[in-house]
Amino acid sequence: MKQRYVYALAALLTVIGLAVFGYKWQALGFPLTENQETPVWTIESAISFEPGPGTIKVNQHIPTLTPGFRMLNENSVSRGYGFSVDYGSGGREAQWAIRRADGPQTIYYRISVFEDEKSEASDITPPYPPPPVINEPFKTAVDVIVADVEEQSADDATFTSELLRRMNDPSPNPNVELLLSDIGDDADFVDMITTMLAAAHIPARMVRGVELDGRQRHAGLVPWLEIYDGDRWRYFNPATGEEHLPQRFFVWWRGNEPLVTVEGGSNVQVGFAVQENHLDAVAIAKTQAAKQGGTLIEFSLYSLPIRTQAVYGVLLMIPIGALVMVIMRNIIGIDAFGTFMPVLIALAFRETKLIWGIVLFTLLVALGLSIRFLLERLRLLLVPRLSAVLIVVVMLMLLISLMSHRLGMETGLSVALFPMVIIAMTIERMSVVWEERGAADAMRAGGGSLLVAMAAYIFMGMSWLEHLFFTFPELLLVVLTFVLLAGRYTGYRLLELSRFKALTRN
Amino acid sequence: MFAAARKLRESGVLGLNERNAEFIMRLNPRRLYPRVDDKALTKELALAAGMAVPDLYGIIENQGDVRCFSDIVENLDSFVVKPAQGSGGDGILVVTGRSHRKRDSFRLSSGVLISKAEIAHHLSNIVSGQYSLSGNPDKALIEYCVRFDPIFADVSYQGVPDIRIIVYRGYPTMAMVRLPTRASDGKANLHQGAVGAGVDIALGETLTGVLNNNVVDDHPDTGALISGLNIPHWDFIMESAARGYEVTGLGYLGVDMVIDRVRGPLILEMNARPGLSIQIANCAGLANRVARIDAIHNEKANPAERARTARREFPADRQMRML
Repeated sequence: MKQRYVYALAALLTVIGLAVFGYKWQALGFPLTENQETPVWTIESAISFEPGPGTIKVNQHIPTLTPGFRMLNENSVSRGYGFSVDYGSGGREAQWAIRRADGPQTIYYRISVFEDEKSEASDITPPYPPPPVINEPFKTAVDVIVADVEEQSADDATFTSELLRRMNDPSPNPNVELLLSDIGDDADFVDMITTMLAAAHIPARMVRGVELDGRQRHAGLVPWLEIYDGDRWRYFNPATGEEHLPQRFFVWWRGNEPLVTVEGGSNVQVGFAVQENHLDAVAIAKTQAAKQGGTLIEFSLYSLPIRTQAVYGVLLMIPIGALVMVIMRNIIGIDAFGTFMPVLIALAFRETKLIWGIVLFTLLVALGLSIRFLLERLRLLLVPRLSAVLIVVVMLMLLISLMSHRLGMETGLSVALFPMVIIAMTIERMSVVWEERGAADAMRAGGGSLLVAMAAYIFMGMSWLEHLFFTFPELLLVVLTFVLLAGRYTGYRLLELSRFKALTRN
Repeated sequence: MFAAARKLRESGVLGLNERNAEFIMRLNPRRLYPRVDDKALTKELALAAGMAVPDLYGIIENQGDVRCFSDIVENLDSFVVKPAQGSGGDGILVVTGRSHRKRDSFRLSSGVLISKAEIAHHLSNIVSGQYSLSGNPDKALIEYCVRFDPIFADVSYQGVPDIRIIVYRGYPTMAMVRLPTRASDGKANLHQGAVGAGVDIALGETLTGVLNNNVVDDHPDTGALISGLNIPHWDFIMESAARGYEVTGLGYLGVDMVIDRVRGPLILEMNARPGLSIQIANCAGLANRVARIDAIHNEKANPAERARTARREFPADRQMRML
């Protein structure tokens, strides 16, 4: 009966632990390993203009839906301007306003984004476009081309591809030539294509964005074509008719409206600059979770002050040490002093590193033991004797530090952080066992403690494990599960197999 | 490895984890522990139940009482000092006599002389809790030093050989005799190097011994054959052990007895966490016998009946003895 409760509890804890872990890993993008860096692009637009005498209003389209990217943060730098963000037909629009300004003005808008394949541009279903008003003779040309393409296509997507293929034909037919005669740049071309698609009752719009590629002082805006096939928006290369988005294409705004309008200013120029940084994936996940209003991040250890974080980095490893302890004691069956003394010794090893830690520990305990036996002759009462051992241990540490310093071995100095109380207790316990059960037992238990401490140290020192538990403290529930199950483990301990060997002979 | 584990399982060997989880935690409620962990209380309860125990000369309850020590032992030549809450025989001092020239010098069972001041220091250590299970302040008992029956004289090296009986739900289940050796320093604890000899519960006759988990036929120091000794008063010993269940209420109990040449079998102490080496000494697992007791368990049976049942049910496998 109890067994079943334990299993149920273990299952529950595991499910909760793994569920939270999975959510944070998959949905919030917390990294499994340390120092996982994600490239982050900062794109900056600079609007410069000459102010007129009166009120100045600057309108700029800013990124709204960015397929393949997620926004980390954005800000604007503009001296003295009032700033607001509105939603327009093409997405978000930033608005700067000032009553009067002198001299050349520059307004910066900066956005930091990182790649995220899961970021889809979900958009509302657009209305059917009204039949465009086109003047003759272009109207006839458009009608003829649309009718031709319609015959050679199956759906909206193939229609678009075919249309673009024809419009880009190196040896165009007269109708196409007529239409192209009026085209200035790529944006005009895409604009005309959207008009033609509207004539064919296909919702379409121009997309303009920046191709992110390392560091660019002057990045150009690339126009792209987007059509709605009745189900979702699809992207087409206006120059080839192929359906795709350019590599690392960051969509800035949609529609044929100009990027920037400045009221009360002249000589407007807009420039783009791109910079690539590498940011810790944890930092990105943090900002991301904070933006999604997640309470999880509120309870994340990353929200603590840095110094407290460092403490918890170590503290969270103690359960790992305890787990090692449980396995060594209850499943393998190694003798050790105290319940958690080996874990504390392992913690001390963190300061000194393993080899030096073992040397120091053995040295201190051996010296301390011999002094403890000397004290035994003085017949001191328990607590004063323990205190005497403690003081001797501190003095021994001092001595070792001074000596190793004189010898030029700086590692000896780390002994100062060795927890002297633990050593004093170990010495006392060991001396009692030594007296009562003989040197062999004392050595065995002492060696067992050291062995368990070493194993605990090795596991507690795994930095990927530390990172994992620091980022996903809910995994402690899984550790708890293991400990609970070990608590109901009634099988033999490994060393019992040899202990009861005599009984297996029959 | 797994084959070895399966073989052990088949012969019904009990492991430490199973003992702790299935026996001690299930059958021994923690509130009853003081009855066995505090030897002064055990003695009191055993006396009240009409069982034979070594006489208590005095109790040192705090540092101040240590001074009373010489008054207590004024007219005694031999006595035992033990911590009331010690474990595994730790902290026990067996005084067998005094120096002829100086009455303030005591002779220990090992033959070593020890001064009164040294005993007083030992008492202080006991009182301050050095040997107690929890490290809490403790009491020191000064009691009758058993003059053990010559039956085990040939198979012990100094010290007091004792009889350990595991009592499961009131039924004596398995027994062994613990024989001190030179290595165990006169102590009767197997993990300190004493020899454990299995006992045929039905007859009260010793079987082969075990030393440091290995089967032995002779005592390592005296060279005498361990098996084939007939333990006197076996009937009474079995019944006393069974009565230990009524006294303590513990379902998984170790009863330690000694045979005094004058006073017969005496209860030395009882243990709520008896060890598992008894299985090696008897070349038999506890689990099978425990299962049998669960099957024939009778709540109303008195200690004498339970002892009789156990003697009937668990005769030693004679062939195994020949190994």
